[in-house]
Amino acid sequence: MNWLYDFSYLTGGIHNSLSEHFEPSTVTLIEMILAGVAFMILFAILGLVLVYAERKVSAFFQQRLGPMRVGKWGTAQTLADVIKLLMKEPLMNKNADSFLFNLAPYIIMIAAFMAMAALPFAKGLHALDFDIGILYVSAVSSLGVIGILLAGWSSDNKYSLIGAMRSGAQIISYELSVGLSLLTIVVLTGSLQFSTIIESQANGWWIFKGHISAVIAFIIFLIASTAETNRGPFDLAEAESELTAGFHTEYSGLKFAFFFLAEFANMFIVSAIGATVFLGGWMPFHIGGWVGFNNIMDYIPPIFWFFGKVSFIIFLMMWFRWTFPRLRIDQLLTLEWKYLLPVNLMNILIMAFLALMGWHF
Amino acid sequence: MKSIIKYFKDIFSGLRSLVKGMAVTGHYFTHPKEIITQQYPENRDTLKMFERFRGEVVLLHDENNEHKCTGCSACEVACPNGTIEIIPKRIEVDGRKVKAIDQFVYHLQMCTMCGLCIPACPTDAIVMANTFEHAVFDRSKLTKILNKPGSKIMDGIK
Repeated sequence: MNWLYDFSYLTGGIHNSLSEHFEPSTVTLIEMILAGVAFMILFAILGLVLVYAERKVSAFFQQRLGPMRVGKWGTAQTLADVIKLLMKEPLMNKNADSFLFNLAPYIIMIAAFMAMAALPFAKGLHALDFDIGILYVSAVSSLGVIGILLAGWSSDNKYSLIGAMRSGAQIISYELSVGLSLLTIVVLTGSLQFSTIIESQANGWWIFKGHISAVIAFIIFLIASTAETNRGPFDLAEAESELTAGFHTEYSGLKFAFFFLAEFANMFIVSAIGATVFLGGWMPFHIGGWVGFNNIMDYIPPIFWFFGKVSFIIFLMMWFRWTFPRLRIDQLLTLEWKYLLPVNLMNILIMAFLALMGWHF
Repeated sequence: MKSIIKYFKDIFSGLRSLVKGMAVTGHYFTHPKEIITQQYPENRDTLKMFERFRGEVVLLHDENNEHKCTGCSACEVACPNGTIEIIPKRIEVDGRKVKAIDQFVYHLQMCTMCGLCIPACPTDAIVMANTFEHAVFDRSKLTKILNKPGSKIMDGIK
């Protein structure tokens, strides 16, 4: 059971056994393919689980039961949806720009994949440990907006175009808040590398160690990342009541499924970043000095800690979505530029002061 | 200065209202007993329909197979879409001819369940029942004759 606590046993074992049979360059190639397949499987599982969770959670928030017919408690509902989506006819507008139209869903998926690659899932389970991890992830995750803009532009549909433009304005504005709220913690860690950030939380998570400043940064991160993933209450890009489905109005079948999957993957990615930076990633709940308590917490494997924290943040985001009414576009920009950004800048200043005086734990 | 105070006040009151909203939905989430959804075909035996639900018009009969309908056609007049059709006949009571119903025809397929016929009835002969399983395989089955065969009007109802 050692590998469950430190995945480098497992990955190192695979690497050694491969090295015995192949040349180093072939080993690298095989390992890249293995990692890619693993991420694809993770994507598929995430899609299935998160869509089911979203439907169930939303149902319970609205005093409904949600899917109940397919399988016990409707657990096979998303599987049935996948089969339905695969069998649908891929439609396209007559005047649509077919190249860009087909390209858009892949750009969104690729952006999600690239961001996923740098996430630390557990001890030793980390595909790419960049020393600029946070910068890389926040840069790559904003590539998705290109896919959204292309989808809206090439669809030859006014609703798609309006949705895409709104989405562009929204993501570019809120990207600032996400980056600055992450910077608030980077001030404390002094590093952009995910593994260093997690190691620095071995004696307590930053949300507890960083005083009120870290809490404010966490709240701002939650709001801004909800907006960045185009989820309610910031889902103006696909506002059903005004724009039918926004930028993916004209998509059907598998390409629509890609947009759908990317939305949930992005939700997972931002939750994972939030969990890693503020809640300690795969680091168990530790309190500095309490050795016995820390040892008990260490019995829970890191991968469960990671997915537990991520699902907590995802649950919060679902709670937001099914409680708050959608913002108007001017309210959206007012919230970002007049409230979140100034508060964020003040917060960074306070945090820098705290870090300078060494007042954090 | 005033505007600065207002700025921070706005932030805190906004946050408070958001938390309030989340408390409401959080209450729903943590109380699954309050779920309103009915698992219909499964709970068919235990399902109790709401008393005020309007499912169809019925003509009340008592145990002697007697009803209160005098055949005055007030419900037929009150009905906005011609759902009710009263076919009268003449019967002899105490040596003189009186109007009574031969057939109380009710076209369920045209009924919008507005319930205007119920208050129109001067003798309270008809009520709205809360049945709802009206699906049939043949459209003609939706045209119902509400007075049971052999039924007659109650004594003393005019």
